[in-house]
Amino acid sequence: MSRQIRRLSFVFALLFVALLVNVTLIQVINAGDYRSRAGNQRVLLAEYDRERGPILVASDPVARSVETGNTLTYLRKYSNGPLYAPVTGFYSLVYGATGLERTENRILNGKADIFAVDRVQQLVSGRQPVGGAVTTTINAAAQKAAYQGLKGKRGAVVAIEPATGRILASVQMPSFDPNRLSNHDPADIRTYYDELEADPDKPLLNRPIVSLNPPGSTFKVVVAAAALASGRFTADSILPGPKTYQLPNSTKELRNWTGKECGPDGKVTLREALAISCNTAFAWLGNELGAAALRDQSEAFGFNNGFEIPLRAATSLFPQDPDAPQTALSAIGQFDVRATALQMAMVMASVGNSGRTMNPYLVQEIRGPDLSILQTTDPSQFADALKPSNSLSLTEMLVNVVENGTGTNARIPGVRVAGKTGTAQTGNDAPSVAWFISFAPAAAPKVAVAVVIEESGAAEVSGNGLAAPIAKAVMEAVLGR
Amino acid sequence: MSNRRNVELVLLVFAWILGILGTLQVGWSTGEGTPPRLWITTAAVALIALVMHLVVRFRATYADPIMLPVGTLLTIFGLIMIYRLDVADARRAELNDAPIPTPDVYSQLTWFAIAGILFCGVLILLRDHRRLQRYTFTFGLLGLLLMVLPLAPVIGTTVNGATLWIRVGTFSFQPAEIAKILLTIFFAGYLVKTRDSLALVRTKVLGVGLPRAKDLGPIVIAWAISLGVLVFQRDLGTSLLFFGLFVSMLYIATQRRSWLFIGFFLFLGGAYFAYSTFGHVQARVTVWIDPWTYADTSGYQIVQSIYGLANGGILGAGLGQGFPNLVPFASTDFIISALGEELGITGIFAILLLYGILIERGLRTAITCRDGFGQLLAAGLSITFALQVFVIVGGVTGLVPLTGLTTPFLSYGGSSLIANWVILALLLRISDRSRRPDLSKVSPDDAMTQVVPRMKQS
Repeated sequence: MSRQIRRLSFVFALLFVALLVNVTLIQVINAGDYRSRAGNQRVLLAEYDRERGPILVASDPVARSVETGNTLTYLRKYSNGPLYAPVTGFYSLVYGATGLERTENRILNGKADIFAVDRVQQLVSGRQPVGGAVTTTINAAAQKAAYQGLKGKRGAVVAIEPATGRILASVQMPSFDPNRLSNHDPADIRTYYDELEADPDKPLLNRPIVSLNPPGSTFKVVVAAAALASGRFTADSILPGPKTYQLPNSTKELRNWTGKECGPDGKVTLREALAISCNTAFAWLGNELGAAALRDQSEAFGFNNGFEIPLRAATSLFPQDPDAPQTALSAIGQFDVRATALQMAMVMASVGNSGRTMNPYLVQEIRGPDLSILQTTDPSQFADALKPSNSLSLTEMLVNVVENGTGTNARIPGVRVAGKTGTAQTGNDAPSVAWFISFAPAAAPKVAVAVVIEESGAAEVSGNGLAAPIAKAVMEAVLGR
Repeated sequence: MSNRRNVELVLLVFAWILGILGTLQVGWSTGEGTPPRLWITTAAVALIALVMHLVVRFRATYADPIMLPVGTLLTIFGLIMIYRLDVADARRAELNDAPIPTPDVYSQLTWFAIAGILFCGVLILLRDHRRLQRYTFTFGLLGLLLMVLPLAPVIGTTVNGATLWIRVGTFSFQPAEIAKILLTIFFAGYLVKTRDSLALVRTKVLGVGLPRAKDLGPIVIAWAISLGVLVFQRDLGTSLLFFGLFVSMLYIATQRRSWLFIGFFLFLGGAYFAYSTFGHVQARVTVWIDPWTYADTSGYQIVQSIYGLANGGILGAGLGQGFPNLVPFASTDFIISALGEELGITGIFAILLLYGILIERGLRTAITCRDGFGQLLAAGLSITFALQVFVIVGGVTGLVPLTGLTTPFLSYGGSSLIANWVILALLLRISDRSRRPDLSKVSPDDAMTQVVPRMKQS
């Protein structure tokens, strides 16, 4: 009988091996798939079971977790939700997370590797892990000034500290309330989300960093930079500035927004052309410099490159191979040139920072659950866009725009402000877009701003009329005026 | 000669310490703090284990030293997980402003104490397992009676569709667990007597010797009873367990592989019949083949079980940090998924290894046993463990269709705990007998033998 027992024990051993293999399949091989299945509440419950770290603006927790006493232990609360929505994003049961809530998830939920030491302690003590805190680069005063300024309009504002690339403000209008997308009532979340989705103004779009608009005349800053970089032009170089510019190989004419010549005898200096935003002079200049030079210059400012701040910004575009008439249109920020507010703020920040384009960033520090600093973001340079001497020269030209040209509404008493207006058609009949980009103080800028207002009405003055006051308010907020 | 009782004691202390640590971890990680009755409960566990050890030390001196600690450790794991689920249930009730349910862990601990008493009773009263052989048919009859008891009016109770409970007042019991032991004794006693005739071969088909037609009686009866359990009590697990047990023992007793084939075909036939006739069997199979389609209805349990296991991963969520209470019947049928979620595949492997050790030790006892009855009984009892673990663990992990069987020693429930501890006592009794040095002969191990060095071949 012993032999039969041995044989049977071999069979049972095989059955146990089958159990072990099957359990390995479930717990190791396919575990990831099971964890991510839609019906699996565990991942969600685990997320909501631990205290998620706050998102801080200076020391103010603009997003934080509060205990509820429900099955989902913690609820995400946003003080000033719509104001900071483009930064924080939301943290939703139904729609997942966006913004810093998404990109910094592993910090906020305490699972990032930098918490390894804490985790060992948690393992020993058996405590639930607590998330770390994320301190943003946002300047609350600048953010609020931009938000106030945008009220009743549709658009976005981005402010950058030129020397570092720190993003001081990132504001959109219309915005949304992340509290309503992050509550624990799926039906309410869906209702609100559908409402937002149906809104033609697209409040869920992160306008400051993903909304692409033709930069219009603000792109002339890039063209002027390319002109100085070529060595063939200075601020005083004389350019042709006639009433109309005949597009090469085309019957179409390009006209100045004033409908007049840009200077006596249709001649104008580069400085003056920028100050009065002379289209014909810049169209001509664009073709003189050539598409390649314009593209190189724009790419040194960050065009055709996707930035992660760490939110993923849309790639601002300069077209690949424009022909001569397309180059002329591109030189005045039309045709296929597209830019985000972030990109145009970067252009101005670079000009103000002696031509050094810095990588923009939104996360200043990562802190542990006890708020000790674990990691600090160091500024890093993206590219050299201008020689320092050229940046000085361009800065002077841009100060002239504010003091004597189209950007008078951005003047701040006692501070030299550099700026440029812009208006662009987004299509043949499409509503136009008003821009104002600036930095201040001109000599050693503390802030560079880009304001974009969509559907503004078709006049060039709108850049100065609508956008410049907002830029001014943001600059004043940063400068403490 | 060393009888290894001290090894047993050390292993028991180790199991007890693991129990304290596990309980503390549950308390701390769930935020309950140090469990309020920690010292009373751990002292109770220590007392039960110590008494069992002392009884083994004096009444089954030569018994296997591993089985008692393994059984104790498994029971302790069960107690920890039941306590952990109590905490979860209490918390849920608190959140819903419902009255906090009575904790299960104390009643399980009480059942452990009763099981310990019965364990000691078996070892003290039953000095020689061969005495059981005398009552072969009494046990058989009692076993059958217990099997059908849940069908009796008044006391029989149907829980979750399966009629396998009896209830008298507030006291409920699953008689099939006890019937399992009685019928194993019956099978062993019956087969040891009839094995010679059952092993007779009349014809050979495809190289397999077939038994005489008139000897087919017992297996057909066992088969019919198993089907009866399935039909009238809707208890797939018990039905499978009995038939598998009987066929295995028949094979061991007769040493004829043909019984395995016959058993297998009868099983196939029965399975097909059950599948085509009974809705509840069909439903189980459908869910087994594709649980995901029925994730919100009939497949909910198994899908939640798989989610729990997946959540556990390699090292587990940690005791008190998973969500094992999301699986229905987490403390009974699905206690393995609860343990797998919080202890990970590491924990499951460890637990399956413990079962493997227990079964291997039991089968070894069977092999070394000197009488046929003891051999069959030890093998049969070990096989009940093996089959039960395979069917339930395979069931909750989706390897085989889900059937309602308890997980030996781990699951919440008195009948099951008592039955498994009685089985362990019987195995230790047989083990004591078979390992006892035979004083009539001089063992070659103990005798001074001349050492003959091996010659090198040139």
